[in-house]
Amino acid sequence: METVIKTSTIKDKLIFEFETSKLFLFGNTQLRDKAMESFYKQGIPHRKHEEYKYTHIDLMLKGEFDFSTNKNCSDGQIKHLKFLKDAYVVIIENGVFVEGVSNLQKLPKGLTICSLVDAEKSNSPVFEKHYAQYTDVNADPFIALNTAMTKDGVFIHVSKNTIIEKPIHIIHVSTAFQNTIIHPRNLIVVDENAQAKIIESFEILDSTAKVFNNALTEIVIDELAIVDHYKIQDEKELGYLVNTTQVIQKKQSIFSTHTFTLSGSLVRNNLTLVLDGEHIESHLNGLYLTTENQVVDNHTVVDHRKPNCNSNELYKGIIDGKSIATFNGKIFVRKNAQKTNAFQSNKNILLSESGTINTKPQLEIYADDVKCSHGTSTGKLDEDKIFYLRARGLSLISAKKLLMHAFASEVVETIKIEALREYIEENISKIFK
Amino acid sequence: MITIKNLHASIAGKEILKGINLEIKAGEVHAIMGPNGSGKSTLAAVLVGRSEYEVTEGSITYNGIDLLKLSPEDRAREGVFLAFQYPIEIPGVSNVNFLKTAINEIRTFKGLEPMAAKEFLTMLKEKQKLVELDGKLANRSVNEGFSGGEKKRNEIFQMAMLNPKLAILDETDSGLDIDALRIVANGVNKLKSKDNATIVITHYQRLLDYIIPDFVHIIYNGKIVKSGSKELALELEEKGYDFIKAEVEA
Repeated sequence: METVIKTSTIKDKLIFEFETSKLFLFGNTQLRDKAMESFYKQGIPHRKHEEYKYTHIDLMLKGEFDFSTNKNCSDGQIKHLKFLKDAYVVIIENGVFVEGVSNLQKLPKGLTICSLVDAEKSNSPVFEKHYAQYTDVNADPFIALNTAMTKDGVFIHVSKNTIIEKPIHIIHVSTAFQNTIIHPRNLIVVDENAQAKIIESFEILDSTAKVFNNALTEIVIDELAIVDHYKIQDEKELGYLVNTTQVIQKKQSIFSTHTFTLSGSLVRNNLTLVLDGEHIESHLNGLYLTTENQVVDNHTVVDHRKPNCNSNELYKGIIDGKSIATFNGKIFVRKNAQKTNAFQSNKNILLSESGTINTKPQLEIYADDVKCSHGTSTGKLDEDKIFYLRARGLSLISAKKLLMHAFASEVVETIKIEALREYIEENISKIFK
Repeated sequence: MITIKNLHASIAGKEILKGINLEIKAGEVHAIMGPNGSGKSTLAAVLVGRSEYEVTEGSITYNGIDLLKLSPEDRAREGVFLAFQYPIEIPGVSNVNFLKTAINEIRTFKGLEPMAAKEFLTMLKEKQKLVELDGKLANRSVNEGFSGGEKKRNEIFQMAMLNPKLAILDETDSGLDIDALRIVANGVNKLKSKDNATIVITHYQRLLDYIIPDFVHIIYNGKIVKSGSKELALELEEKGYDFIKAEVEA
């Protein structure tokens, strides 16, 4: 009973906050009202909610939460987060785009990067055409909540035939001295035959309180466009992240996404790819390294709506301590999506007796001429391999470390940006220390 | 170098070694032969510290230390090397990275600085030649996708890199064609010195045409039942293992 009371408390607070602040938020009030109504019906998910049964978000939202956000990061404080030396850097601090500390001088022709607020104010037709068009507020309470309450985020538009060579690095950084809930939102539109590399990292700095980050990114990939997308989630113990990524792909486009979950008390990823055209290629890679009491939950959906598309998904995890990791991968192949190739694999290593892995592949296939497969495996580190390495002089610890690196390398090797790969390798080494 | 006294060992409660006695001095090559299931590979496994085997009696003294008290890695660091009968494939770990880590951990154990990259690469190239190992294999994952012969050569390549005092070759000849056998034997012979010793475990005499042993021991039912010079191996090849069985059971 206690849980229910606390949950309704946070829900009531969210609704109250919405009512008092909505007049100051950008954009369409109607859209926000509808979203809030949907959230009101759905509520904060609890353990009886099928999609959240392993991830008890209601329990994590216990206690006092605040909604005020402040901008106070100095350049020096965030310098180390800008680990890509040659990139366009976007800083989203506590859910708000901060131009002053971003690095967006000399944007090339065909690339627009600005805050959501500015995109809306300037009546950008691209923004108006695509904003909030792809996520369904009734599909998930966090989509509803984000749509209702978001204050800001970044709008990125790569126009037709434009190739952006340098990566665009969106850094979500939060600082909190009292428990805070934020709802940053990004819209990325890559037009026909354009190309871009986008990295989203999630960090918390100098904080003494929890940050509940309900972040949402919509990515629109028009025909023949190529997008390489990365997420690095590293918010440490104070971080509670629900990260929704909704992708729509048009014909002959190629999209690769890579999710690296390095830390955070809670990370819930809702990643949905809609393949809405023929001859589309999609790659989904994920690596999660969990320990202590972390809860990491990857929910992915690949929706094959048209014929002749390929999707390939590989998620790997190393689970230690009392952590709980969940992988739930859905593949839909719609009735007319003939000649679909859809592959999915989830592999896990369980290092401790008290860690948990829940893995659930779900294939719903309505076409009859398709190639689909899925596989999952969960095991310990191989004793024979450990012995072989020790017999050559490696200590037990370094033998295990080497094998964990080897396990992770299959995912790490899919990173195409060298500086990013090095950064991830370095951070993995720190975790395996 | 190593003295094995009355060694008894069992796995899952079943006694395999039933009192092995063996003395090996620096500079010597000892061949251990015997029928399948006689305990040859168990002896190798006990020497390198496989935890599935329990030593119930006896002792192994290696250069003055109680070998049975050491962890597998400390045995390796003290210079004990096993060329595995079935080398393990380790996808994702490159041969080079693995050897660099191994060499540097051994050096740290001995109180030495890590090896300079240049020195390591020079040694790598030199030792690759010794076992005629394709340079591409060195950069690949440990044993992954290697043929049987390549795996065995890779074992001898690792041996060359780690330069052990006591090398144990566990059925290194099995699954090798005659060319590969010559290459492997040649590698082993080049690594031989007056300071190190080799134990060659084999079922067949053929390998001993190429690696000439100083002593041949026949192990049967967990005990060394006969020792002699290299001629013993020829006799065994000629008469077959049944002659040993008959002799022992008589």
